[in-house]
Amino acid sequence: MDYQTSAILAKYPRGQSDCLIPILQDIQEEYGYLSETAVVEVGRHLDLPSSKIFGLATFYNQFRFEPRGRFHVSLCHGTSCNVAAAPEILRELEKILKIRPGETTRDGMFSLEILACMGACHLAPLIRVNDNYHTKLDPGSIGDIIDSYITGEE
Amino acid sequence: MIVKIEVNSKVIKAQKGETIMSALKANGIKIPSICSMKDFTPTGACRMCVVEVEGSQGLVPSCSQPVNEWMKIKTHSPQVIKARKTIVELLLSNHPDDCLYCVRNGSCELQALAEELNVRERRIMGRKNKYKLDHSSPSIVRDPSKCILCGRCVRVCDEKLSVFAIDFVNRGNRTIIGTAYNKDLNFSSCINCGQCIMVCPTAALFEKDSLPELEDALHNPEKTVLVQYAPSVGVTLAEEFGVKPGKDISGLINAVLKKIGFERIFDTSFAADISVMEMTSELLARKNKKENMPLLTSCCPAWVKYVEQLYPDLLPFLSNTKSPQQILGSVLKSYYPEISGIAAGSIYSVAVAPCTAKKFEAQREEMTKKGISEVDLVLTTRELAKLIKLYGIDMNQIEPEIADDPYGMRSSAGKLFGVSGGVTEAVIRTMPHVSGAREPSRVKYQELRGGKGKKEAEIRIGKTTYRFAVVSGLSNVLPLLEDIKAGKCEYDFVEVMACMGGCINGGGQPVGSDENAVKARMKALYSIDEREIIRFSHKNPKVNELYNNHLGGLPGEKCKSLFHTTYSARKVLL
Ligand code: SF4
Ligand code: SF4
Ligand code: FES
Repeated sequence: MDYQTSAILAKYPRGQSDCLIPILQDIQEEYGYLSETAVVEVGRHLDLPSSKIFGLATFYNQFRFEPRGRFHVSLCHGTSCNVAAAPEILRELEKILKIRPGETTRDGMFSLEILACMGACHLAPLIRVNDNYHTKLDPGSIGDIIDSYITGEE
Repeated sequence: MIVKIEVNSKVIKAQKGETIMSALKANGIKIPSICSMKDFTPTGACRMCVVEVEGSQGLVPSCSQPVNEWMKIKTHSPQVIKARKTIVELLLSNHPDDCLYCVRNGSCELQALAEELNVRERRIMGRKNKYKLDHSSPSIVRDPSKCILCGRCVRVCDEKLSVFAIDFVNRGNRTIIGTAYNKDLNFSSCINCGQCIMVCPTAALFEKDSLPELEDALHNPEKTVLVQYAPSVGVTLAEEFGVKPGKDISGLINAVLKKIGFERIFDTSFAADISVMEMTSELLARKNKKENMPLLTSCCPAWVKYVEQLYPDLLPFLSNTKSPQQILGSVLKSYYPEISGIAAGSIYSVAVAPCTAKKFEAQREEMTKKGISEVDLVLTTRELAKLIKLYGIDMNQIEPEIADDPYGMRSSAGKLFGVSGGVTEAVIRTMPHVSGAREPSRVKYQELRGGKGKKEAEIRIGKTTYRFAVVSGLSNVLPLLEDIKAGKCEYDFVEVMACMGGCINGGGQPVGSDENAVKARMKALYSIDEREIIRFSHKNPKVNELYNNHLGGLPGEKCKSLFHTTYSARKVLL
């Protein structure tokens, strides 16, 4: 067993399935995503089959099941961003990266997530790539932004 | 206690505490339903079954709401009909439009509901679901685009099997039924029992289609196609042709298989007789040595997979006797060529089984010799019905025939393998013979019959008392497995079948089989036994012939390589 998973699990009583969500949150916090092994460990701890844990976890937007990409793209989905062009931007991102929120590109370069309001409504719509903010976006500019990370990498 | 309720302005009687739906049913009023299933606590999720109840806010799901004294109910008011109709229209709005090509065309519950509610135009346009077919499993195909998310498969898998292979994944309009990490079914904990197919209202779940491969073999001049069929198939197939459950048509099956072009027709029950001989000696030997007790049966491949993945510590307890299907398969490719003159290399061996897990079993590596499978292809009861229709054979116009020599001969003990408890009864009947004790006075073991999930018997044979347990419906076996693990199990022999009631209720049987059909099939098997002269496996003359002429009596090295196998731990995402 992974040392840190066991450290997280040790904080929670065995067999108590209402601890599931907090445990998953702790693991995601630590590793950035929920690995298969982690979920099986959690299942053993709480006496839950992994299908049930996966089913429940996928019900919430907050969990990822793949490691983050080198560039992690977060899209703000707060009200202001939504009123601005966030939905179009999401579509654009999905089209360019060929992944859905929660997923990571095959080459491990990019991952995508949707966040509830990031608290910068006056700059809507916006995305964050790792620590860089791109604000007041126009959906048409998404391609260039993504390209800039690809070329920056080369 | 009886209460009175008013339904559509008429007073009817109902049992206190029962649901509205069951009270209506008892009074001849049929309410459409999707998510509710007999023997499962209703969830009220699909709302197909709504009715109007005076004084209630909004419509009430009748499958989950209990009746109250003087409740006033309207079952088919305009408001009710409209609500039900809308549900069907919504389900159809994102459903693929390929009914004509669908495996469930004609037996689909969604089609039936649309017809019942007279939905005859598309008013609601939705985005069609598009998912890739999951072909990974040797037994079961998943087509999520046909899924209407009723959840019945999930509940059966969880509550009757305790396998927990599948669940609702994602949410909103992206919800599907999937495995952990959306793995293909073959990499999940699925044990291929097919019980999910049996309850699926649509073609979201169905068996792997083996007919094209069979057609190739049948038309290949280099192949000699032999077939065996399992005991349950004989007492079930008639249902696929509109006959009411409980009729044994084995004679017609022999005739029909001949007509289709199978070279020889054999009865899997013959091999069940061999399996009884082998298992009985295994049991006696282990009991003597007090080793790995209880002996757990291993003729159900779904159950075997369950042990391999979840209870690998208990593998030594499994009987290492192969299942009847594989025993006959192995005889057909080893000994049969010698006596029949058919070249071993040309034999193509087919089995018809009431089971989807048998497809999985046939392709297990342990069931091959030097890369050649003992059984090349497995058809379900449903597929056999399709095959017969494909060949345009009118079942009413053929005369029964007998199965071929020598493996068409069977005792009725072998036939009992189709029903939960039958394997045990057959073994008990043969134990005195193998142990050299006096024959017990009984042939029938009533305590091991019937539809209960767990049955038991204590029987003295010679000077020793043996304790037997019979379990069907995998969920029922869990307490017993924990007992064995803890060294607290007092049984000598435990028969386990994954499906509730045994193979007669297997996942390859007609879809939507109800409890009465299963009971009727059970009765049919027991009445074959009543009428039979040879009721003991060891009295099957062809079995004795095989042992004496070819195998040098009971267990020996030759039997070991032909009839026995081993299983090993299996890693899946649990
Ligand atoms: S075949 Fe059996 S084990 Fe597999 S998903 Fe269906 S019900 Fe569950
Ligand atoms: S796969 Fe079939 S049984 Fe399962 S939820 Fe979908 S429609 Fe219902
Ligand atoms: S059948 Fe009653 S809510 Fe689904």
